[in-house]
Amino acid sequence: MSDILVKIRDLHFSRGGRKIFDGISLDIPRQGVTAIMGPSGTGKTTLLKLIGGQLTTDQGSVEVDGLNVHELSTSKLFELRQRMGMLFQSGALLTDLSVFENVAYPIREHTKLNNAMIRHLVLLKLNAVGLRGAADLMPSELSGGMSRRVALARAIALDPMMIMYDEPFTGQDPISMGILVSLISELNNALNICSIVVSHDVPDTLSISDQVHLISAGKIVESGTPEILKNSQSEWTHQFVHGDADGPVPFHYPAKPLLEDLYLEGS
Amino acid sequence: MLNGLIDRIQHLGAITMGSFQRLGHAGIFLLQVIVSCAAMLVRPRLLIKQLYSVGVQTLIIIIVAGVFVGMVMSLQSYYALVDFGAEDSVGVMVALSLLRELGPVVTALLFAGRAGSALTAEIGLMKATEQLSGMEMMAVNPMQRVIAPRFLAGVISMPLLATIFSAVGILGGYVVAVHMLGLDSGAFWSQSQAKVDLYTDVYNGIIKSVVFGVVASWIAVFEGYDCVPTSEGLGQATTRTVVQSSLAILFLDFILTALMFSK
Repeated sequence: MSDILVKIRDLHFSRGGRKIFDGISLDIPRQGVTAIMGPSGTGKTTLLKLIGGQLTTDQGSVEVDGLNVHELSTSKLFELRQRMGMLFQSGALLTDLSVFENVAYPIREHTKLNNAMIRHLVLLKLNAVGLRGAADLMPSELSGGMSRRVALARAIALDPMMIMYDEPFTGQDPISMGILVSLISELNNALNICSIVVSHDVPDTLSISDQVHLISAGKIVESGTPEILKNSQSEWTHQFVHGDADGPVPFHYPAKPLLEDLYLEGS
Repeated sequence: MLNGLIDRIQHLGAITMGSFQRLGHAGIFLLQVIVSCAAMLVRPRLLIKQLYSVGVQTLIIIIVAGVFVGMVMSLQSYYALVDFGAEDSVGVMVALSLLRELGPVVTALLFAGRAGSALTAEIGLMKATEQLSGMEMMAVNPMQRVIAPRFLAGVISMPLLATIFSAVGILGGYVVAVHMLGLDSGAFWSQSQAKVDLYTDVYNGIIKSVVFGVVASWIAVFEGYDCVPTSEGLGQATTRTVVQSSLAILFLDFILTALMFSK
């Protein structure tokens, strides 16, 4: 079995006439936390959707566990997805089902386990994210952080080989953020799986990542361990990792000179 | 000036092409939904839940509207027929109007406004909150679990609702004709029985309501599934559902009436 779980080669992808990926290639190992980072709008979430087969590449290939995702039939793709978990930015909980039923949903859909067994499994998954006591609540009664933890319990319901996290820390208070950071790390270690975290939250993401890929303008800018990126000589990487306001990514959006815009030039 | 004209023609062409592209997209979507309806055989509970939501919860507005439409029809028919001494035909007039036209058409319009818009909003919101994407990533086909039950529930509910509309409308008409206007109860029912034909009037009305049910449900689920997942996109999709369904129902009613009742 290869140590590489996700292999992306020469990936090109455009949407609405805008080039999002311009020939990127990267490998994601079978175990450990891999972070995909970059400024907003660089296509990090799009990359997760390409890995999950929700979007199709214009050119290039995306292989997951040796299978080319975009050449699979719908039934084979659905079989592959049963071994993938995904945590959406919004949680994506089914709003007409309780917390318990949300976590039970993939188990009921894909197994023939009896209700007693499903109950045990669901309570164990909810216990892992600290929300066993919230099993009977509805999604509308949960905070943002709790919703994501329930979604995480649902993502691990079928014991997947990989979990993709789409901006898991966005909009979280410090306590929820701390819980999510430690949960991602602990679950990854306990289940010994591949975790792909898409985020632009630098300190927290770097603290739990084994490998980081920085993406910008459709290209991979730099890859390496968190330590390598923190000490990078690249100006762009330095600006992103340290959050500098100005640098290779300018503060101002490209525009005409200010005086020209204010009709003051020459006056 | 020539450039401006060419620009306008290009713009018109782009709009026309876009409309046909969307129609083709909607057609493929309908085929996928129909194929996905087979999943209801395995999971009938999904359909039953939607029948309650789409059908039963629309019942009140259908009954209230049906009663009033029947009562108004009765009054108007009486005022028109009494001058010719033909007021005993009020029952026939009410029954034929409701069974052939008003039952299917008004029910479909109310259905589009109440259930159709709710379907679009619900599916659109599920899309906006990534619930549909979440299902796909859980290896669950949203077409089978979300779209098909709602579409099928709409198709099944419409003829039932239209039949109930016509039935309560005739009862409303009876109350006005017999208890308000003092017409003979026997004449009301016997004339209706003699002039209303099961095949020409009742069955054709049911066929109309099935067609309207397919069209209104198709538009509602397609608009929800295809909407731009923003609050503005969702609002526009809901509006489109009501407008397009209403126009489609009225247009199809003309076509079906011409085909069914031509002599």
